[in-house]
Amino acid sequence: MINSTDYIKDKVRGSNRRALLLGGGMAAVLVTLGFRSHFLQVREAEKFRLLAEENRINLRLIPPVRGEIFDRNGILIAGNEQNYSAILIRDGIKNLEEVLRNLQTILLIPDEEIAILKGQILKNRPLIPITVAERLTWKQLSRIAVNSPALPGVSLEVILTRYYPRSTDYSNIVGYVGPVNEKDIKKMEEDFINGLLSDKNPLLEIPNFQVGKTEVESKLDRQLRGLVGVKRVEVNALGRVMRDLDRDESVNGPDIKLTIDTKLQNFVQARLEGISASAIVMDVINGDLLAIGSTPTFDSNKFVNGISFKDYNSLIENPYRPLGNKAIQGSYPPGSTFKMAVALAALEAGVVEPNEKIRCTGYIELSGRRFHCWKRSGHGNVNFHDSLKQSCDCYYYELAQRLGIEKINLMARRLGLGEKHDIPMSLVQSGLIPSKEWKVRRRGEDWRIGDTLNTAIGQGFVLSSSLQLAVMTARLATNRAVKPRLVKTFAGLELDPEAFSPLGVRSENLLRVQTGMYDVINSSTGTAYGSRIESQKMNLAGKTGTSQVRGISRSEREDGVALNEDLPWKQRDHALFVGYAPFKSPRYAVSVIVEHGGSGSAIAAPIARDIILAAQHDALPPLSAYPESQQARISSAFSKMVLTDPSEILTVKN
Amino acid sequence: MSYMEINSGHAPSGFSKILYLNWPVVLLLCAISCIGFLMLYSVAGGSVNPWLVPQVKRFIAGMTVLFFIAMTPIWFWRNVSGVFYLGSVLLLVAVEFFGETGMGAQRWLDLGFIRLQPSELTKITTVLFLAAYYDRLNLEQTSKLLWVLIPVIIIIIPVFLTLRQPDLGTALLILLGGSAVIFLAGVHWSYFAAVISLVGALVVVVLKAQNTKWALLREYQYNRIETFLYPSSDPLGTGYHITQSKIALGSGGLNGRGFMQGTQSRLNFLPEKHTDFIFTTLAEEFGFFGGLSVLLMYAAVIIFCVLSALSNKDRFSFLTIMGVSIIFFLYFSVNMAMVMGFAPIVGVPLPLISYGGSSMIVLLCAFGFMQSAHVHRLR
Repeated sequence: MINSTDYIKDKVRGSNRRALLLGGGMAAVLVTLGFRSHFLQVREAEKFRLLAEENRINLRLIPPVRGEIFDRNGILIAGNEQNYSAILIRDGIKNLEEVLRNLQTILLIPDEEIAILKGQILKNRPLIPITVAERLTWKQLSRIAVNSPALPGVSLEVILTRYYPRSTDYSNIVGYVGPVNEKDIKKMEEDFINGLLSDKNPLLEIPNFQVGKTEVESKLDRQLRGLVGVKRVEVNALGRVMRDLDRDESVNGPDIKLTIDTKLQNFVQARLEGISASAIVMDVINGDLLAIGSTPTFDSNKFVNGISFKDYNSLIENPYRPLGNKAIQGSYPPGSTFKMAVALAALEAGVVEPNEKIRCTGYIELSGRRFHCWKRSGHGNVNFHDSLKQSCDCYYYELAQRLGIEKINLMARRLGLGEKHDIPMSLVQSGLIPSKEWKVRRRGEDWRIGDTLNTAIGQGFVLSSSLQLAVMTARLATNRAVKPRLVKTFAGLELDPEAFSPLGVRSENLLRVQTGMYDVINSSTGTAYGSRIESQKMNLAGKTGTSQVRGISRSEREDGVALNEDLPWKQRDHALFVGYAPFKSPRYAVSVIVEHGGSGSAIAAPIARDIILAAQHDALPPLSAYPESQQARISSAFSKMVLTDPSEILTVKN
Repeated sequence: MSYMEINSGHAPSGFSKILYLNWPVVLLLCAISCIGFLMLYSVAGGSVNPWLVPQVKRFIAGMTVLFFIAMTPIWFWRNVSGVFYLGSVLLLVAVEFFGETGMGAQRWLDLGFIRLQPSELTKITTVLFLAAYYDRLNLEQTSKLLWVLIPVIIIIIPVFLTLRQPDLGTALLILLGGSAVIFLAGVHWSYFAAVISLVGALVVVVLKAQNTKWALLREYQYNRIETFLYPSSDPLGTGYHITQSKIALGSGGLNGRGFMQGTQSRLNFLPEKHTDFIFTTLAEEFGFFGGLSVLLMYAAVIIFCVLSALSNKDRFSFLTIMGVSIIFFLYFSVNMAMVMGFAPIVGVPLPLISYGGSSMIVLLCAFGFMQSAHVHRLR
């Protein structure tokens, strides 16, 4: 018999009370929880619903297609190329090591790069796509496609990248694009503050987005970029897109046609090959820049892809400075090409009669200093016409003294020298036309009469670029205030050429200058007679210039001035030439500057003749236009020139 | 007079016992579990995989065990409660040595046929053993210091072992559940007053000890406490859970977004959406009314349990029923307080709704004991 107390024990007295107490406590907690959920879900519901939407919806940017750049005839200069990239998403890859190893064998990636990639992959969240290889060749592409089972998580993506089919001819005109850097973002912010941008352009946040870095690509970057589109997508917590909600399409950048003629540009570059030089060909009627040559040049595509350290260094260390357009960015003493400005100023001011003879003994003495003419023996008695033809320095020393610097300055400016012309290229130079006020302000010194004399022959402080000299020549040829232009059409719209205002000089005075320039080339005593054009339809008027870059001491002068060839390259004279053709009805202006090239008549004038003939004859100078005695030599020189086959030009857009 | 004799006229026997089960509680448990099934179907994006099917299997297994335990006389369970307690403590020790690590904690023991979380088991065995202890103890000795120390040790051992895993939530549940049983057994008030003031002091010490070499908690535990106190300080880092949980909950509004329409959980903004944070999904999809209904169902379970305990004259039965209901209460109240931003994230599932085998089966076992006590009560 088992005692019942073995099985049951009565409850402790008061335990029910305690149980009720605990129950009450639990009830209190429950009520609290109820109120809390009421607070969160009813009273604060709006706030949390908003937060939830923010969580859920993400804005994705749709990059626009960058506007393409064409030459005046619709030949592609800067286009967008479809490129395949291999993308890796770590999420879902079981064995990353193995995938990377397979990738390495397929694409032949060096070990170090694999190590960098691996670090990059592991650093980012699993769903962030990492570009493992860019610009895949067809062979690489097909190898990845075939081996896709061995490459889980690797996918191919099409992206548009910039490419320059005629890069070396145009690298110093259109420049290049590159990835966004701190500087670009800072510039964007400045533009925003200055009111140039209506809102901060979110484009720059797009990964792999490319912006213009130099020249036209940089100066017209805001237009070429286009407008960003926005896509609202629903994303999960890891950032994976679940579905598109709505989208606001992007607006592609407008296409642009430049005024450049590709064939002529190609000829100019080829003609300047091997020297450090620049040249401009300009249409004097409408100001179109038909060619802007600058050598040496480089392959702008290398910058788009990310230039190698070695390549970049070789560009930087090249003494001929391939980076930067010399025709626009280079400022040189214009030398005798400046004499037209002085001559015209003197005629306009009436300080000299055209027939008045001024004696040249080879030098003049002024306040104890000698100012030499380039011809040591002197030119004898020189009138206005001969002064240009023979480029007599003494004549211009005299004119300078009669004119004074201010009148020279005014005429030079009227001819477009010392002016920063408005074309969309990097570092457009304003050059320098000195004045008394300028010297006091910048140098803290008073103007001296010697400064005026030096200015009169384009030496001393005067600096000009090829572009400015071409503009000056165009103005002398037309008696109009021609302005250069580089953009012909914008988004398919032809930009109306400006109607240029008259230059405001008396035409008989201008005609005297023009006739002088004609005889520089076409008179047997002219400085550039060797570079004449026989064809009356294409004949040339112009002016040579040889500008010193070093001072010549009296003792050196007495011992005989060293020949250019005996000097180090950096100390040789610059060779310049400006000209226009045809003489009767001017159409093209040309300016050529060969850095440290030697004499203008021997070096620059022949180049200018070839170029202006090319401009007038569909980029191929006709042999018949040359003097018969020179034809054999010219022909053999042309046969050595490497020109791009016109049939290679593929894309034509109207 | 034997118990059998006492009860021969009253105690049900055989299959008729089924009629004497506390059916409201059984039905409520089923209903809550069904809500859980719905939610698991929803968070899986409208799929029975990967969570719903295993959960249903476990529910069926758990209900079977519940009925089996309920059919067995309560005094049998009283007699084996010591063995249960010892067994579960040994399993906890085994976890220490052979446990599998998951989510930064050693909690699981792989027994080959089942992956067991012994800490879950311990909650219920501790309560049972304490009830048995007080069942044996003479009433006069209840408040004697020595006899108070023994149950304290009984509690401290599993608390210590679970803390080492580390599993703060379970340790807290065992501690509070055990203390509640001691309290119900009639231990003098003064002990509780003393312990509460001591704990208060300890909390201060623990918080002060952070970043010293005497730090009493792991860094992540400190982080959880810190983010609980200041969730907005680091909304994407350690405060992420609390912030996102409140966003999901709050965005549900009064009526909710509708079944399967919860954006926050579907898009994975919610951490552990199928386990500890399942209530947020529920509240997002069914709104304030849905959440409140679940809360009321839980409350109803507690009410039925307390009523059953009050009407039960047997000391062991009373303590068991109350212990089970308190453990159950602690489960859901700590979980809800946690997701509503009222308590630090301590890793306590929402009972019967959260996905998880151990807690589902252990809870249904616990209610088996409660039912056994109910069926075999003195009438």
